[in-house]
Amino acid sequence: MIKIQKKTIRFLAMSAYGAFLLASFLLGFSPGKQIGYNFFSFSIEMLKILPCAFILIGLFEVWVKKEKVEKHLGPESGFVGYVWVILLAGTTVGGLYVAFPVAYSLYNKGAKLSVIFTYIGAAGICRIPMTIFEASFMGLWFSFIRLMVSIPLVLVSSIWLGNYLEKRNYKIMAGK
Amino acid sequence: MYYLCIATGLSVLISAILDRKKTATALKIAWKKFIAILPAFLTMLILVSIILFLIPDTMISQYLGNESRFIGIVFASSFGSITLMPGFVAYPLCGILLKKGVSYMVLAAFTTTLMMVGILTYPVEKEYFGVKVTIIRNLISFCMALLIALAIGIFFGEL
Repeated sequence: MIKIQKKTIRFLAMSAYGAFLLASFLLGFSPGKQIGYNFFSFSIEMLKILPCAFILIGLFEVWVKKEKVEKHLGPESGFVGYVWVILLAGTTVGGLYVAFPVAYSLYNKGAKLSVIFTYIGAAGICRIPMTIFEASFMGLWFSFIRLMVSIPLVLVSSIWLGNYLEKRNYKIMAGK
Repeated sequence: MYYLCIATGLSVLISAILDRKKTATALKIAWKKFIAILPAFLTMLILVSIILFLIPDTMISQYLGNESRFIGIVFASSFGSITLMPGFVAYPLCGILLKKGVSYMVLAAFTTTLMMVGILTYPVEKEYFGVKVTIIRNLISFCMALLIALAIGIFFGEL
C-alpha cells in the first residue's frame, strides 16, 4: 500500500516538474529555462556513460563466476583484495552514480562489505582520468598529496565500517 | 569518455563470439537493471537541475574566495557536498579560483566533498545500499574530506 503511494507521489512530482519546464519554455520564464537546460545537459552527460556501464555490469554478471569474486574480494581475500578494487576504481568513469551499481553487483557476487566501501571511496577519489585532469589544473604535487592522504583514509574507514556492519550481521537490502 | 564506449563495444563483441546466448542474457540483465534504477536517476537529475540553478558557479567562486580560510572551508565543503559537477567542469573552475588567490586547502575541501559526498546522489545510493549505510558513508566521507583538506593545508604551508 505504502509502496503504491510513494510511486504515485513520485509520478505526480515528476509530472509537475515536466509541466513546469514545458510552461517555462512556452512562456519564456528564464529560471525555468535554466533549470531545463541544467536537466538536459546533465542527462546527456549521464547517457554517455550509463548505457556502457550497465552493459559492462551485465557482462560481468554472466561471465564472472561467484567463486572467483569470493576468492579475490570475499571474506578470505586479505589485503590484495583491496588493491584489486582500488585499481578497478581507478578505471571507473563518471562518478559515484556509476560506482553504486558496480559495487552492488560486486557485493551480490560475494565481495565483502569493506571491499565494496573501499571501491566506492576509491571510485570517488582515484579515478585515473579525473586525477590527470586535476593534476593539470592544480599541479602534480596537489594530486600526489591528496592521493597519499586519502587512500589510507578510505581503507581504514571502509574496513571499520565493513567490520562494524558485518558484526551486526547487516545485509544490504536494496531500497531499505 | 570514448575509451569506455570502445571498451564496451569490444567486450560485447568478444562475448558474442564466445557465447551468443550468454551475451544476450547479459544485455537483458543490463537493460533490466537500468530500467529498475531509472526513476532514482530521474529524481537525482531533477534535484541536480534545481540545485545548480540555486547555486551557480559564480556564487561558488564568490564564497570560496572568502578572506577567512575557516569560513572558506565551511562554504567549500557545503557546496561540494550539495552540488554535483563533472570533473571537467570542477577543475577548470578550481584552476581559475587558484589564480585568484583561493587557497589550496579550500579547493581541496571543495573537490573532495564534490567527489565523495553525494547529497544529490542519495536517491540512487539509497536504492542500492539502503538509508542507514548511505547516511553513515556520507558522514564518514565528509569528515574524511575535511581531514584531506587539513593535510593539504599543512603540506602547502597554509596553516
